[in-house]
Amino acid sequence: MFDDFFIRALVAGIGVALVTGPLGCFVIWRRLSYFGDTLAHSALLGVTLAFTMEFNIALSVFIISSLIALTLIQLQKRTNLPGDALLGLLAHSSLAVGLVVIGFLTFIRFDIMGLLFGDILAVTVDDLLIIWIGGAIILLILKLIWKPLFASTVNYELAEAEGLNPDRAKAIFTILMAAIIAISIKMVGLLLITGMLIIPAAMARNISTSPQKMVVYSIIGGLLSVILGLFSSLEFNTSSGPSIITAAFLLFIISLFKIKQTIKLKN
Amino acid sequence: MSANQNILVKLKDAGFKINDKWLVQGVSLQVEKGKIVTLIGPNGSGKSTTAKIALGIYKKIEGAVEKFTNKVGYVPQKISIDWTLPLRVNDFMVLTENLKSETIDEALSLTGVIHLKDKNLGDLSGGEFQRVLLARAISKKPDLLVLDEPVQGVDFTGEIALYELIKKICDELDCGILLISHDLHTVMSATDHVVCLNGHVCCSGSPTDVAKNDEYKALFGEQASQILSRYEHKHDHIHTDEGKIKKN
Repeated sequence: MFDDFFIRALVAGIGVALVTGPLGCFVIWRRLSYFGDTLAHSALLGVTLAFTMEFNIALSVFIISSLIALTLIQLQKRTNLPGDALLGLLAHSSLAVGLVVIGFLTFIRFDIMGLLFGDILAVTVDDLLIIWIGGAIILLILKLIWKPLFASTVNYELAEAEGLNPDRAKAIFTILMAAIIAISIKMVGLLLITGMLIIPAAMARNISTSPQKMVVYSIIGGLLSVILGLFSSLEFNTSSGPSIITAAFLLFIISLFKIKQTIKLKN
Repeated sequence: MSANQNILVKLKDAGFKINDKWLVQGVSLQVEKGKIVTLIGPNGSGKSTTAKIALGIYKKIEGAVEKFTNKVGYVPQKISIDWTLPLRVNDFMVLTENLKSETIDEALSLTGVIHLKDKNLGDLSGGEFQRVLLARAISKKPDLLVLDEPVQGVDFTGEIALYELIKKICDELDCGILLISHDLHTVMSATDHVVCLNGHVCCSGSPTDVAKNDEYKALFGEQASQILSRYEHKHDHIHTDEGKIKKN
């Protein structure tokens, strides 16, 4: 059944959406949108290195993104530059270095559009395995660190005072972010991964009253976006990433009407 | 383990500084089971800092802090919660520990906010939120409670009731309490040990001892000294501004 490229893309997309749903909620709650962007930009470097050394793309992206995340944490401790400046610095530097390296790789034919915006034709059975196994591991770890991570998201000092070790949870979460970018890069493309993380979660925020509901709606939103996006990608012959993200954005707009209703009810 | 099994947390010459400015220095104190230790002192005297040292929130400290329990309930003085989170009172109650529904209801009833259980945390008033904070801290039946101005913004009758509740909880759970308060009147009647801070420990001891201390008088004035010593008797009435007994 995985012979058809479209089925493969659909299965891959569903796997990605199941993981980006809960992770995306934390990205919104912890205000990490630009952090996600930075990791995604650095993924280009990871991809080029994978090509040069004939290494697995997902693994290479995961390693480079993790390194960038660790570098960021170190820079935050050692410099007085504000967080957003450091994020910009790392994002654009790693993107630039990645592009320069590509310039040297004249012997390899590169589908840079596919890399930036996702390419459903390129999803292989190996990619499916990486997405589903990697995704399952990410979700399992997220479940394990949920309590300390969520508590410290609400209030760091409460979590620390009551013995939940929020610093460890934060460090693990950072690695999970690098991992989700690594496994979803082929589907959504590196320019739009953060969109896949935050747009369904933002839609969910509009219609939910508790954190658990937000996670569930965010997953549902992600799944709908993937399905709608992939079918329209097939229909209109557009790149898979932009199609999925556009679908997610449409769902977000629909969710705005729900907020209006809730505000009316309150008054 | 410490020689005294009853000690929950112990600070020895503890201090904390940010950018070479000491927030507090040379604090030694200990909180034992079933005892209430109160920190008093003017604004900026390092009360909250001392509490955070005791809780282990500040890591790079001078001196030593030993914590003998991990069952801690904390009511911070300031809490900024990000309203990008859809959070109801009920979700907030189980933030650091999973609790049974009855346990949550019991704690919320004790602080008088059970009717707010399904409300969004962001929609509460300051006083209501404070009651929820206290309920959360006591619901997990901690060994050590650290309460940093737990009744701020609570109405007058509520304030008295909550202080009585705190005293009752201390007795019932046999937990130790580190309390920070500005309200000398209410606090002193229940406190076992007072530590008066002003960047360092300026004096400490039982409420009556502290009241007699000259440094304390210099810090708070003669009137405050009278408040403390007056707490030899049980206070069952309210004074008017002139000090007369108010009739209800």
